[in-house]
Amino acid sequence: MGEQHNPMLSLRGLTRRFGGLTAVDAIDLDLARGELISIIGPNGAGKTTLFNLVTGLDRPDAGTVRFGSQDITGFSPERLAAEGIARTFQLGRVFGNLSVMDNVLIGAHTRLRAVKPAVPVIGPLLELGLALLRPSSVKAEEERLREEVKAILARFGERLLPRIDQPAYSLSYANRRRVEIARALALKPRLLLLDEPTAGMNPTETAEMQALVAELKTEGLTILLIEHKLEMVMRLSDRVIVMDEGKKIAEGPGEEVRGDPKVIEAYLGHGLSGATEESAA
Amino acid sequence: MSSWLDYTINGLIVGNVYALVAVGLALIFGVSRLINFAQGSIYLVGAYIGWVAVVQLHTPLPLTIIVVAATAAVVGLILERFGLRPLQNSVRIAPLLATIGISFVLDQLVMLTFSPNPRALPSQLPDIRFQLGGGTIGPLDLLIAGVGITSALLLFVFLRYSKLGWAVRAASQDRDAAMQMGVDVNRVNQAVFGIAAALGGVSGMLVGMYYNQIDTAMSLQATLKGVVAEVVGGAGNVPGAVIGSLLLGLVESYGVAVFGTSYRNLFAFLLLVVVLVLRPNGLFASARQAPPEPLTGTFIAPSRPVRIPRWALAVAAAAFAILPLFPVSFYVLQTLINAWLLGMLALSLTLVAGTIGQVSLGHAALLAIGAYTSALLSLALSVPVGLAVIGGGLMSAALGTLLISPSFRLRGHYVSIATLAIGEIVSLVILNWESVTRGPIGISGIPPLSLFGYDLISPTSIYWFSLVVMVALALLQGRLLTSHLGRSFRAIRDDDIAARAYGLSLNRYKSLAFIFGGFAAGVSGGIAAHLYSYINHETFNTQQSILALTVVILGGLGNVVGAIVGSVALVGLPEVFRIAAEYRILIYGVVLLLLVRFRPQGLLGTI
Ligand SMILES: Nc1ncnc2c1ncn2[C@@H]1O[C@H](COP(=O)(O)OP(=O)(O)O)[C@@H](O)[C@H]1O
Ligand SMILES: [Mg+2]
Repeated sequence: MGEQHNPMLSLRGLTRRFGGLTAVDAIDLDLARGELISIIGPNGAGKTTLFNLVTGLDRPDAGTVRFGSQDITGFSPERLAAEGIARTFQLGRVFGNLSVMDNVLIGAHTRLRAVKPAVPVIGPLLELGLALLRPSSVKAEEERLREEVKAILARFGERLLPRIDQPAYSLSYANRRRVEIARALALKPRLLLLDEPTAGMNPTETAEMQALVAELKTEGLTILLIEHKLEMVMRLSDRVIVMDEGKKIAEGPGEEVRGDPKVIEAYLGHGLSGATEESAA
Repeated sequence: MSSWLDYTINGLIVGNVYALVAVGLALIFGVSRLINFAQGSIYLVGAYIGWVAVVQLHTPLPLTIIVVAATAAVVGLILERFGLRPLQNSVRIAPLLATIGISFVLDQLVMLTFSPNPRALPSQLPDIRFQLGGGTIGPLDLLIAGVGITSALLLFVFLRYSKLGWAVRAASQDRDAAMQMGVDVNRVNQAVFGIAAALGGVSGMLVGMYYNQIDTAMSLQATLKGVVAEVVGGAGNVPGAVIGSLLLGLVESYGVAVFGTSYRNLFAFLLLVVVLVLRPNGLFASARQAPPEPLTGTFIAPSRPVRIPRWALAVAAAAFAILPLFPVSFYVLQTLINAWLLGMLALSLTLVAGTIGQVSLGHAALLAIGAYTSALLSLALSVPVGLAVIGGGLMSAALGTLLISPSFRLRGHYVSIATLAIGEIVSLVILNWESVTRGPIGISGIPPLSLFGYDLISPTSIYWFSLVVMVALALLQGRLLTSHLGRSFRAIRDDDIAARAYGLSLNRYKSLAFIFGGFAAGVSGGIAAHLYSYINHETFNTQQSILALTVVILGGLGNVVGAIVGSVALVGLPEVFRIAAEYRILIYGVVLLLLVRFRPQGLLGTI
C-alpha cells in the first residue's frame, strides 16, 4: 500500500467566510502520518476556524478536507470522532460538572462496543436496556476503560490522579487543559488537534506540556498544533505554517519561517499580539 | 370574495398586535440573548391597567395609552433591576428560570387583584365600519395600525439617531466589544426592558379593546405568540420580528377562515415548529454561526451534591412504607399520594431538564398522553388497568419523544419555547380530535386502579401502589445515572459542542432521555387518570409543568432524591400551613425566584 505517500490529512482550497470577512482563505495543507505541524499567526488569523472546519464543527464555503483515503468535507463532528480525529479547544471545554474520570471516559465514548451494539434502528433502545441491565460484558468493558483512563491520567504525574473524582469545575485552569488532552487521548486518535494547549500556563507547566507533546510525537501520533509560544513550536514541529488574515503566508521548517520578512511583518502589523502578548500574561 | 379581504385585514391587525410584543422580545434577545418569558405578563398588566384607566378613571383614549405605556414600562424596569440584573454573572439557566418565575408571579398577582373572571374592556371609539374595497375596517383597526406604525417609527428614530439607541445596537451586535468601547450595558438593558414593556403593555390593552374582553389566560398566549413571531423573524432581529408577526397574523387568520376558530393556535405553533426545524435562525437569518465557546460557567450551577447514605434512604423509604399502619388520617395519605404522583413527574423532568439540560415547559403534556392512553385502553379496549398504565407510559415515551424530536437541534431557551408550544399542541389536539379523545367533554367513568384483578380503592392501597411505582422508577433512574448514559447525558448538558466532538449524537441521547423520562411521566398521568376517574384537556396544564419545574429546581437539577424531597415539600408544606389554593401558584413562583437567586443548586445539589 502506498500509505506512506498518502498524507494523513490533506486540505485543498479550504475557505470559510463570515459575512464580509474571509476567516480562512484557500488554505492548502498536507500532514503526513506521524508528522507534527504547528500553525502560528496573530490572533484572528483564522487558526481556530481552520480547526473547526477540520473537525466538523463548522462547514467550509469552499474546498475539501481529506482524511486518509476519504473525503470528509462536511462530515458531522460525531462521525469524525468515530473516524479517529480528536481535538482540544482554545478556551477549554471540559464538562464542568463531570468528574475528571467521567470527562476522560467521554473521550473513550466512540470506543464503546459492548454497551453500544451497532444495530440499526433499535440500537439506541438496546443501548438503554444494556445500560440498565449491565450484563458482565458491559461491566467488563467499563472496568477496562476505567483502567485505561487511570493509565492516561498517570502521564500527567500527580497532577490529575489525586483529583480523579473531583468535578472539573473545581480544577485549576492548567489542570482543566490537561483533562482536555487526557480526554482527547482516550479517543485513541489517529489525528490530534491541539488548540493553544499551553495558553495561560506558567513556564514550568508549559515545559511539562511540551514534554508530553514530544512524547506523543515519538509514539507516532500525527499532530496539528496551534501555539503562540515560539520556542515550543521550534522544538516540536517538523514544519510550521504561518497564517495571517485567513491566508497561509509562509510554510517550512521552523528556523526558516522565523526569519521570513512576511512573517515578521504580520506579527508587527498586528501590534504586539501573539507571542509577546502571551509572555506578558 | 369580500370575506378574504376581511380575513386579510384581520390578519394584519392581529399581526400588528403581535408585532408590539415580538419587537420587545427581539430587542431584549438582541442585547441579552434572553427570551423574556414574562413579556406576556406585562401585556396582561397593560390590559388590566387599561381597564382601570378606562372603566374606573374614565381617562380619554390618548391618556389611557400613555398611562398604560408608562406603568408597563415601570414594571419592565423593576423586572430588569430586581429580577434579572442580579443574575448577570450566574449560570445560563438562571435568567431563563427567572423570567419564567416572574411571569407566574405577575400573572398570579393580577389574578388575585382582579379575580380570574373575564372583564369587558370598552374601546372608547365609535362603533362604525368603513367600506374599503370589498371589506370593512373600523376605527379600532385604524388605531391599532396607527399605534403599530407610530411605535415602529419612534423605535427606528430612537435606534438610529439617539446615543442610547446606538448603544443598544452596538450591544446587540457584539456585547463584549460594546462594553470595551464604554457602553453601559446596564443602561442598555434598562432602555430595552422599558421599551419592550411599554410596547407589550399597550399591545395588551389594544387586544383587550379589540375583543372587548380581558382575562388572565391572555398572558401565556401572548408570550407564545410573541415568541413564535420573533423566532419566525429570527431571534434578535427587530424588523424580522415585525414581518414574522404580520406573517403569523395572516397564517392564523387564513387558517381560521378555512378550518374554524378552534384551530387558530394550532396554526401558530405548527408554524413555529416548522420554522424551528427548517430555519432555526429564522426566515431572514443570513450567516451560519457557530456558537461561541463558553468562557467559564456552565449551563447549571456547579455544586457538590449532598450525598445521602443508602441506609438512610432505605430507612426513609421503609418509614413511608409503614406509615399507613399507623393511625394517620386519610387527608395525610391523600396528600402523600399527590406527592408520589408529582414525584414521578419530577423524576421525569429532573432527567430531561437537569441531567441532559432540556428545560421542558410542556411536561404536563406527557402526563396527558399517558392519562388519555391509559384511560382509553382500559375503557375502549378493556385492557386491565395495570397494563393500561404501562401502556400509557410507553405511549408517552414514544409519542412524547417523537413530538419533541424537532427541537433536539435547539439549545437553551429555544428548547423551552418548543416544549411549551408542543405542550399546547398536545392539549389542542386533545380538544379537537373528538372522535378519539371526546373533545371538550372529556373522558368520564375511567375504571379505578386495579392489580391482578383486585381493585385498589382504599387510600392505603393506592398509597402503597403509587409509592412502590415511584420508588421503582427512582431506583431505575439512579441506575441509569451511574451508567455510561448518565455521564453522556450530563456531558451533553454541560457542553453539547464538546460532546459532539467526542462522538455523542445529540439526537440519540436526547431521544433516550425523553424515552426514559416520558415513561415515568406517562405512568404518573396514567395512574392519575384512574384515580380521578374523569379527565379532560385541561386536567394536565401548564401550572403542573411549572410546579414540576419548581420541584426539580428545589431538589437540585438531575437529583433523583431531590426530585422526591422537592415533591413532598411543595405538596406537603402548603397543606401543613393550610395555604389557600389560589395563593399556591404565587408561592411556587416566588420559591422558584428565590431559589434561582440564592440557592441555584437546590436543596440537595445538582448532579
Ligand atoms: N462564528 C463566527 N462568526 C463570525 N466571525 C467569526 C466567527 N468565528 C471566528 N470569526 C472571525 O474569524 C476570524 C478568525 O478567528 P479565529 O479562527 O478564532 O482566529 P485565531 O484562532 O487565529 O485567533 C476572526 O476575525 C474572528 O472574529
Ligand atoms: Mg484561536
